[in-house]
Amino acid sequence: MTHDEILKGLFDNTILGKAVLVKELTQQGLDATLEPTEMLYKALLPALQEVGRRFELGDFFVPEMLLSAKAMQGALTLLRPLLAAKGDKSLGKYVMGTVKGDVHDIGKNLCNIMLEGAGFEVIDLGVNTSPEKFVDAVQKHQPDIVGMSAFLTTTMPMFKVTIEALKKAGLRDKVRVMVGGAPVTAQYAELAGADAYCPDASSTARKAKELIGATGAAPVGALADAVKAVEQMVSVAEPENK
Amino acid sequence: METTLHSRTKTVVIGPEQPFVMIGERINPTGRKKLGAEMAAGDFARVRRDAETQVAAGAQMLDVNAGVPTADEAELLVNTIRAVSEVTDAPLCIDSSVFEALQAALAAYKGKALVNSVTGEDERLEKILPLVKKYDAAVIGMANDETGISMDPEFRLAIAEKIVRRAQDHGIPAQDVIIDPLALTVAADPTAVKITLQTMRMIREHLGVNMVCGAGNISFGLPERPPITAAYLAMAMTCGLTCAITDATDPIIRQAVRASDVLLGHDEYAANWIAEFRRKKSG
Repeated sequence: MTHDEILKGLFDNTILGKAVLVKELTQQGLDATLEPTEMLYKALLPALQEVGRRFELGDFFVPEMLLSAKAMQGALTLLRPLLAAKGDKSLGKYVMGTVKGDVHDIGKNLCNIMLEGAGFEVIDLGVNTSPEKFVDAVQKHQPDIVGMSAFLTTTMPMFKVTIEALKKAGLRDKVRVMVGGAPVTAQYAELAGADAYCPDASSTARKAKELIGATGAAPVGALADAVKAVEQMVSVAEPENK
Repeated sequence: METTLHSRTKTVVIGPEQPFVMIGERINPTGRKKLGAEMAAGDFARVRRDAETQVAAGAQMLDVNAGVPTADEAELLVNTIRAVSEVTDAPLCIDSSVFEALQAALAAYKGKALVNSVTGEDERLEKILPLVKKYDAAVIGMANDETGISMDPEFRLAIAEKIVRRAQDHGIPAQDVIIDPLALTVAADPTAVKITLQTMRMIREHLGVNMVCGAGNISFGLPERPPITAAYLAMAMTCGLTCAITDATDPIIRQAVRASDVLLGHDEYAANWIAEFRRKKSG
């Protein structure tokens, strides 16, 4: 197989979620002296982005996204040791959490996957995240962006409460705030004092890049994050790993 | 154990030997932005229409949620309940996590309502249960607490037990507590339903209380959701689920529920099933 055939095979089969085949192709790529970064940037990450795009269009469904991530994880078990030495500079830092009183996490986790696939370092605060916890995390990690998720109309007011808490701590000017979740609208996001609203995972990654003025592909240093993203995605699919 | 709820003129009994009770889910602005905007603007035409359609489709009760962002939920919930009560006498499930909204709605409601909901968190229990007692309502207890949602059926059972016990401490009998064993999304976790069904069997055995769930969660993230929800409900009905907040207007879901009633002997001589067939036939 030529390098191009291997790359195409990786791309296609990652989209299809064929884990065994993707891992085999990755090994073949290494045997044929394909650069690990090339496999990642020309096949695996674009495949994940394509899956995200199809999901956004309603052509792909949650289990398919999880299968693709699992396929990619197989490839990364081979690539990770080779990629580790490449430095660890990310596109930007993103602190993410589901707001206080809310335990919904599927949407948030899908956003994390797309954000990390795009090159962000994501610090996930989990569900039921109090304003204090968001403030502490912003102080500690100094992210470029804070993302909040709420699935209930009754927990959406926590956007505003958390943003006020950031203001009070003198941190609001230092970060961009993005919000999302089923009942959220762009208008509500504006009223709450957020900088942006996104309806789904793919647009979250796009908007986040836009907010920090980034263009093009993820930097080499983002690899570790991509690895983390996929591991997280698979942990969603396989609760025994939780 | 049987839970009896009523409006001013109509009584519904939920129990293991009763026909399954469908609590219509559609009067809820979450994910229905148009409905929410109309409600906030004081336009309840769609609310009334949804109430009528659901009852006509076989919903014995209706869930009413008025969580419209930026609106005064207490006032809006009371007005929504009023609008619903104008067109139907189905008993209501009052759905809010805002204490003031529940309080205002219970004060305004004429009948014995089902409060949706309380969790196993101490703070919530101590706030909501006195309210349930004061208005002689029944309450849905969700089997999660401040530590989140456990994937261990034993742990969910322990929370359910805690809620039932705490309700009894407040003078609310066990039959007025309906436990939600938590139905998560199968698309994100292939074991989600197995865990829920196991939890149901354990709650049935150890507590014997009625059980409810938001049936829609199950099929989130999948295409063609109604058959998934329908199959789930049929399975859950054999494990102790006695009512569900669901879309009664969907024929696939409704038929699965009513067919299961026949199969479980909860629709004697298939009288309801045959009556529905005649209704459809006569158009």
